[in-house]
Amino acid sequence: MLDSADTTDRISEILEAHSGLEGPLLPILHAVQEAFGHVPQAAVPQIAKALNLSKAEVHGVVTFYHDFREAPAGRHVLKLCRAEACQAMGADRVAGAVKAALGIDWHETTPDGRVTLEPVFCLGLCACGPAAMVDGRLVGRCDEGIVAEVAK
Amino acid sequence: MKIYVPLDSAAVALGADDVAAAITAEAARRGLTVEVVRNGSRGMVWLEPLVEVVTDAGRTGFGPLTLTDVPGLFGDLASHPKALGPVEDLPWMKGQTRLTFARVGVIDPLSLAEYEAQGGLVGLRRAQAMDKAAIVAEVTESGLRGRGGAGFPTGIKWKTVSEAPGAQKYIVCNADEGDSATFADRMLMEGDPFTLIEGMAIAGLACGANKGFVYIRSEYPVAIRVMEAAVELAREAGLLGPTFDMEIRVGAGAYVCGEETSLLNSLEGKRGVVRAKPPLPALEGFMGKPTVVNNVISLASVPVIMAKGAAHYKDFGLGRSRGTIPLQIAGNVRFGGLYECAFGLTLGQIVDDIAGGTATGRPVKAVQVGGPLGAYHPRSEFNTPFGYEEFAGQGGLIGHAGLTVFDDTADMLKQARFAMEFCAIESCGKCTPCRIGAVRGTETIDRIAKGDADAIPLLTDLCNTMKSGSLCALGGFTPYPVMSALTHFPDDFAPMKEAAE
Repeated sequence: MLDSADTTDRISEILEAHSGLEGPLLPILHAVQEAFGHVPQAAVPQIAKALNLSKAEVHGVVTFYHDFREAPAGRHVLKLCRAEACQAMGADRVAGAVKAALGIDWHETTPDGRVTLEPVFCLGLCACGPAAMVDGRLVGRCDEGIVAEVAK
Repeated sequence: MKIYVPLDSAAVALGADDVAAAITAEAARRGLTVEVVRNGSRGMVWLEPLVEVVTDAGRTGFGPLTLTDVPGLFGDLASHPKALGPVEDLPWMKGQTRLTFARVGVIDPLSLAEYEAQGGLVGLRRAQAMDKAAIVAEVTESGLRGRGGAGFPTGIKWKTVSEAPGAQKYIVCNADEGDSATFADRMLMEGDPFTLIEGMAIAGLACGANKGFVYIRSEYPVAIRVMEAAVELAREAGLLGPTFDMEIRVGAGAYVCGEETSLLNSLEGKRGVVRAKPPLPALEGFMGKPTVVNNVISLASVPVIMAKGAAHYKDFGLGRSRGTIPLQIAGNVRFGGLYECAFGLTLGQIVDDIAGGTATGRPVKAVQVGGPLGAYHPRSEFNTPFGYEEFAGQGGLIGHAGLTVFDDTADMLKQARFAMEFCAIESCGKCTPCRIGAVRGTETIDRIAKGDADAIPLLTDLCNTMKSGSLCALGGFTPYPVMSALTHFPDDFAPMKEAAE
């Protein structure tokens, strides 16, 4: 875990690396999330100052997009596609079984911090659904057995 | 020995990375030298991972390949249990007219030399020798219309930007392909990224823009990786540079950013909220400057138009839908994938003949055409030819040409509810009909589900309000799936009505 001075330094580096871009806020937020696993509250005023924006504006952007987390996720992130093509292949049933097996609903993390379950609307795997993503790895034609992949 | 194993997301999701590793390991075990090329996908997703071995007879396909099938690739190929014969001779491949996707699945996506050897850069070279107006005229003449869904003539959009005053102009590629059942943008970017780069460079020449952005959704990690590598290679080769350069930008999970003004706000680092039009992005787009916003397939179709001429492209199609369209056949289908052909096949030909019906073997109940904002079509509309105007005439749209097939177990009330729920989740919040209408729509469908027949006229009325009062297609088109489900499948709403009586 980084202390606050380290956090500030790391964010400064990220801001510096993106200084030449037009409209740099999304690339910056992606880089911050990549570095910390989420967008820490402390980052907001620092980013706002560097880009000459208000804290409210930066907060507004962070909260608008589904990808940005305000708190760290579990050790594994399991994303299940909820879109129509996957529904046609039984995605709702798979999601129900996975929720029951993990004992959590969408956007929740298991109490032991092992898995965060998130919905995703389309991974572009619509001809081999239901689709899933396990820690960034794509899985086609998945079933409830996908739970075993995040068992560790 | 040369073996192709796709790097395409769908192939990877079905085990292509493991197969590629196993081939390399098996070759090493046998002391053989094998060149494994990671190509794009041929579009036959039911055969993925589809591995191709280069033989004297051409490229021979094997699939769907599992790890246990790998050692057999080093034996007698003809007797391999997964042998498919020459890939080019498969009926799925032979039936297509591949113009935009000519190289996808064929070449190493990151080999500029192979790209050129297969006809790449001919269009750009021709454009370089033409003036701006002549390029715009050629694209206009081809009849190319926006493949993202709106179907606006690409040439006219370019003309507006080209003639707009201002020293700084931009080309923005909309690669925020969020519609379910669509994956043509992804396959193109993963399988033939230089085509998109070439298309954008031509757009830059035509419009006097020296900077381009590709806004790719974050759900497409492979496409992002391939595009970033391709841009780097194009820069090293001098294809991109001071005259025209481009950047890859990554979205952050907001469906509405597929709407062009919302995308521009997102690109500028703002909330992806829709802008009112006018001003048109063509006049005041990215950073307030004249901007072309085109979909991936629109831009990727430009090189072949410039290389072969507008007339060649225009010869394909029907009515005002000219050229080819990459159909994306998805959901509950026996043969799913990408099939590029001229406009004009009927919905029935696509679903019954090409897709072979459902994967479950049950009867087809409905086909949603055009993603989450597209209508659900019953079998009685299967004679509709695939074209912009033809589908509009049936109360639907072709959108990005994705088709989701459902079998008879689908509950259309549930599908209508999902359309409203999705709109509520993804609404940017700017206009009331979408922001509040979608929430009320979900509640109203729940009332119908509980047997309240009075809620049906209310839902119809709400859909009219959303359709005519929303700022963009999200709120404006959500009524398509809802109303088509209600109109064509009243039985799914009827038992509840009877319960109320």
